[in-house]
Amino acid sequence: MRSSRPALLTLAVATALLASACSSSGGSGGSGGSSGSAAGTTLTYWASDQGGSIAQDVKVLTPELDAFTKQTGIKVKLEVIGWNDLLNRILAATSSGQGPDLVNIGNTWSASLQATGAFLPISDDVMKQINGTGRFLPGALAATGAPGQPPVGVPIYSMAYGLYYNKAMFQAAGIAQPPTTWDEFVADGKKLTKSGQWGTSVEAAQTPENAHHAFTFAKQLGGSFYDSSGKPTFDTPQNVAGIKRYVDFMAADKIANPSDAEYSNGTEAVKDFATGKAAMLLWQSADATLAQYGMNPSQYGVAPVPFDAASPSGPNHVDSIVAGINLSVFANTKHKDAALQFMKFMTSQQTQMDLNKAYSSLPSVSDAYGDPAFQTQTVKTLQSVLANSAAPMPAVATESQFETVIGAAVQNLFADAAAGKPVTDASVAAQLDQAQQKLQAGG
Amino acid sequence: MAEARTPAAHPSRNWARVRRAGLPYLLLLPAVLFELLVHVVPMLVGIYMSFKHLTEFFIRNWGAAPAAGFGNYRFALDFNGAIGKQLLESFGTTCEFTVLTVGLSWLLGTGAAVLMQDPFRGRGLLRTYFLVPYALPAYTAAITWEFMFQRDTGLVNTLLVKDLHLFRTAPFWLIGGNSFWALLITAVWRTWPFAFLVVTAGLQNIPGDLYEAAALDGAGMWQRIRSITLPQLRPVNQVLVLVLFLWNFNDFNTPYTLFGNVPPPQANLISVQIYDTSFQNWNFGSGSAMSVLLLLFLLVVTAVYLLLTNWRRRSSDA
Repeated sequence: MRSSRPALLTLAVATALLASACSSSGGSGGSGGSSGSAAGTTLTYWASDQGGSIAQDVKVLTPELDAFTKQTGIKVKLEVIGWNDLLNRILAATSSGQGPDLVNIGNTWSASLQATGAFLPISDDVMKQINGTGRFLPGALAATGAPGQPPVGVPIYSMAYGLYYNKAMFQAAGIAQPPTTWDEFVADGKKLTKSGQWGTSVEAAQTPENAHHAFTFAKQLGGSFYDSSGKPTFDTPQNVAGIKRYVDFMAADKIANPSDAEYSNGTEAVKDFATGKAAMLLWQSADATLAQYGMNPSQYGVAPVPFDAASPSGPNHVDSIVAGINLSVFANTKHKDAALQFMKFMTSQQTQMDLNKAYSSLPSVSDAYGDPAFQTQTVKTLQSVLANSAAPMPAVATESQFETVIGAAVQNLFADAAAGKPVTDASVAAQLDQAQQKLQAGG
Repeated sequence: MAEARTPAAHPSRNWARVRRAGLPYLLLLPAVLFELLVHVVPMLVGIYMSFKHLTEFFIRNWGAAPAAGFGNYRFALDFNGAIGKQLLESFGTTCEFTVLTVGLSWLLGTGAAVLMQDPFRGRGLLRTYFLVPYALPAYTAAITWEFMFQRDTGLVNTLLVKDLHLFRTAPFWLIGGNSFWALLITAVWRTWPFAFLVVTAGLQNIPGDLYEAAALDGAGMWQRIRSITLPQLRPVNQVLVLVLFLWNFNDFNTPYTLFGNVPPPQANLISVQIYDTSFQNWNFGSGSAMSVLLLLFLLVVTAVYLLLTNWRRRSSDA
């Protein structure tokens, strides 16, 4: 029998009520105990999908978790959760109080999840306990919560957007250097677009990708989606121009395949680039996924994402979000000590080297960069972006809704472009206006 | 002697009567409790939530959410606002979708059932085969259609564009205006076997001599269907259409699997709209209010439908 959604929804929430009623009576313990007593406990850990497939993540993480168990006697029950489900699972765990002990979150959600109170704040004492004081990259640490409040997680993988380009295709088209401005990007894209091959590929129906690009493209033109008091300001001319520039890759410049408007699972644009259907790709730390699709690192180069004009300065000097993954401890864990030991392990020099190497992301602690794997040109380019020109997504409580509504707005615009409908300043502004109304209605 | 026994016998006989009368209720009790737990309590909790301003700040301890009065309802029904307008549009889309899906599923199901009524070689096999879409898990079925509807690599476009050359450029099925038809096709495909199953069962109850008598009177096939099959099927159809209507009006699996969390505006069904409000915008209060409104609407439709059909049946029986 099929069940109706509203009934399911209410049922889920009722279960949450019962569960929280049960847990509130006995959930206050869990502190104290020396680190020795944590041995023998079992932690539950929800990991995000970093390796392109859940099986790949299990393969990468299992030896590390085994090493942790050997070191401390604490067992870890791993569950890898895909990006489409992760936020919902965290919300469900938050409302029911029945969640894992630790969870990976996209760092852009930090402020939103901080507002729910679901996670253990990382006070100075906790930071000392996990041996993290002074070790984390400042940019990555900034994306762990709203400013002025104790962070609700620690960064474990750092990422930045870069321009991935196919070297052979550039050579064939007679392009010597990767583009540094959008005018060059579009001109090169037109040269690279021919039968069976497009200038660039975009994951045009994926919410977070769209939101990240909307943010960066608008920021380069001086746009901002929130004013200094945290009020949304979506419908500004700069934001409109930034988003229009991105959608125009498909709508006006015709350097992206209209079929990209269906791409929603977060891998299709990468696959098109890896398999030679597109010559350029704007992506964050894509090496591991590209390798999975059979592309050799020697076949592509990585350059910073282009700017509005050559070498800008000041607040417009932004070509990436501060992207990355944080590790958070659920506030009502019954194994706080063990969870913090795990956090310490995951941010230790050796684990940071191993995992970031496997995921082709950047370590979030400065002492892990000694490994030769992090001395390649690609890593140096992305590291410099992260250190100099990456901006954190808005650290406001409505950030996750912001990603949702902006991502959907850009998706609708791409759908228009794919159908051959014109994308104008007015149509972009209308989408943004609607997105802002939805956001305000939600808050 | 008998008089002497009465005072003592009276209470025990009463007790026995209570026990005898109470036994059925006692046996019903577990079912009632589970019914309360599974249906009534969640429904009441949903109604309670719809009067709360339940956002991300309160999901951890949502008893502390401030009261919202009828604010969530006003917000859902404010058709000048972005969400109210979208809700109204998705309501319209859902009505259109449901009417078409129920109509087509009923037509296909009844047609197939009537054709399968007379025995022939391989009838059992075909009947089983027809039920496959109904037996498949919803996700498997819908994701298969999603693959088939993809623009560049999908089977549908391969057939229509590459093999039959019906279109010069490949059409989109999962975005834009065609998405409504993609959704409808998937839903009908998933629903019609149920109609087929129920009508097939209903046909078994029609006495064969009615048809024999009609054949003797020289009635053709259409006449037999119109004058015997359909009137005899009326009680079955009454329930079938209602059930199909309720299922499809509430269908979440099909659109969510086909389109993900951001459906194209042309195929935005109300269940996904409610889900978006609750889980994407983290506004569980308004999501619940919309659910309650949906519940009320479906209650009214069901009540009116049952009244009308029962009244018609009674007046035609009389």
